[in-house]
Amino acid sequence: MQVRSPVVLVKARGLVKRFGDFTAVDGIDVEVHPGEAFGFLGPNGAGKSSTMRMIGCTSDATDGELTIFGMDPRTQGREIRARLGVVPQQDQLDSELTVEENLVVYGRFFDIPRAECRRRAAELLDFVQLGERAKSRVEPLSGGMKRRVTIARSLINKPQLMLLDEPTTGLDPQARHLLWDKLYRLKQQGVTLVLTTHYMDEAEQLCDRLVVMDKGRIVAEGSPRQLIEAHSTREVLELRFAAGTNDTGAELLDGIGDRVEALPDRVLVYTDDGEKALSAAHDRGADSESSLVRRSSLEDVFLRLTGRTLVE
Amino acid sequence: MSTPAAVRYWEGELTVYKRIWFSNVLGSFVQPMLYLLGIGVGVGSLIDDGGGSTASLGGIPYVAFFAPAILAETTMMLCAQDSLWPVMDGFMWSYRYRSAAATPLGSNDLVAGIALWQVTRCLIAAGGVAIALLLFDDTRSWGLVPAIGFAVLTGLAFTMPISAWSASRESDKSFPAIMRFGILPMFLFGGAFYPVSELPGWLRPAAYATPLYHGIELCRRSVIETLTWERGLVHVGALVGFIVIGTLLCRRVFAKRLGT
Repeated sequence: MQVRSPVVLVKARGLVKRFGDFTAVDGIDVEVHPGEAFGFLGPNGAGKSSTMRMIGCTSDATDGELTIFGMDPRTQGREIRARLGVVPQQDQLDSELTVEENLVVYGRFFDIPRAECRRRAAELLDFVQLGERAKSRVEPLSGGMKRRVTIARSLINKPQLMLLDEPTTGLDPQARHLLWDKLYRLKQQGVTLVLTTHYMDEAEQLCDRLVVMDKGRIVAEGSPRQLIEAHSTREVLELRFAAGTNDTGAELLDGIGDRVEALPDRVLVYTDDGEKALSAAHDRGADSESSLVRRSSLEDVFLRLTGRTLVE
Repeated sequence: MSTPAAVRYWEGELTVYKRIWFSNVLGSFVQPMLYLLGIGVGVGSLIDDGGGSTASLGGIPYVAFFAPAILAETTMMLCAQDSLWPVMDGFMWSYRYRSAAATPLGSNDLVAGIALWQVTRCLIAAGGVAIALLLFDDTRSWGLVPAIGFAVLTGLAFTMPISAWSASRESDKSFPAIMRFGILPMFLFGGAFYPVSELPGWLRPAAYATPLYHGIELCRRSVIETLTWERGLVHVGALVGFIVIGTLLCRRVFAKRLGT
């Protein structure tokens, strides 16, 4: 059991990031507490990565307040970065070097003595199940393995706060599950995680609490369960109609359940009882090619809040 | 005991270098030897009069005139190449710099670390040339020791401004042109193969405005022992000017690029 201490690791008030005329982050308020896994969920371009770079003290905020560990990134960026573990969106490993050398070189950037770097590297590589690959070059490793090396590398300074930007984007399902398991273990060890994702399943798996971001703003905040309860129904009926007939299908279903949503490839009926909605649809003569009843997910929350799907 | 940030960055570069050090060190010696034999000795035998010297070069053999210039030419070539694609790579392809900037290292530390690493590269390269020069009677001189230092300064006078340029680019489109229309003409007309005074009058000021001319003058006069304090200060001043301006630009461009 994690006891939530009153200390706030990340605190943002009215945080803004502008690039010229473009506003990437448009006044967000965020608080991250020790030991929690906090997520930024949103589509590409929502401002998640810009927010992460500000928290990582590699990019200055244009406006608003931001403190990390109670310190100011503009004046104490170096001290803050010394206590962060950063897993960037693209792996930034040196492909010429071995797995171990990558960790040691990175550890030296933190001024950790070389021998200590080697000791920690061995331990961390075991943790990410790559102990046997310590002496192999990075280049031939699979995407999932490189990701694990990056995670091991980010832990070399024993960070109090880990920043993970799209940690599993581009990985196959097996590699993703292995990575989630590792992150879950870190969380159990008390490491605070802040991550961005545009995968709702990832957010549901890992996050205690998350904010939904769209166009630089936060549109909702809560635990995955709270968000689903607040913004969606218990179940969803998905119907696929013949190509180009989704809109007429949606009209036919109007009034069934709480809400009907027509997407380009399917029609969603939001309801507390999916099976009942399905038989109601059949009673009205809905001629769908396929149907599926499922529980509501964060994807539905996002659709409800923004009118758009997460992965387009 | 803490290690200076620039040195910690330098260690990373050294780790990569350890994989290629042997061929690199060997090349640092072999390449100048080829120049020395091919041009210094070969062309020299055509130019020098019966006594093995050339009056228009101030009565020294051609090899003594040409060979010390290889020191500055070598570090120029090395630093120009190291400061184009590898710098772009650090920002855009391998993200080496971005990765380091997420640690306690700041952008100024990176610039200092890059400079320190180029000093190391120049020392190895100029050291190789100096060893080659030791093998010839005409260039065996104590002046080789300061000449190595002058060659390093020449290298930095290229590294800093070119790195600033590369760090501010979104594509490498301009890089081949820099090599072809910037570095290569300097290589040919910077005073290595014949004195700049032989150039047409209107072209001479262009030669004086290049860091290479000052580097060659320093290396050559140091080795043939005709360098005066006054001359030395002027040429060193010119090189330091390029280094300081280049460093200030680099610091600005790196901070801006890493901050977005």
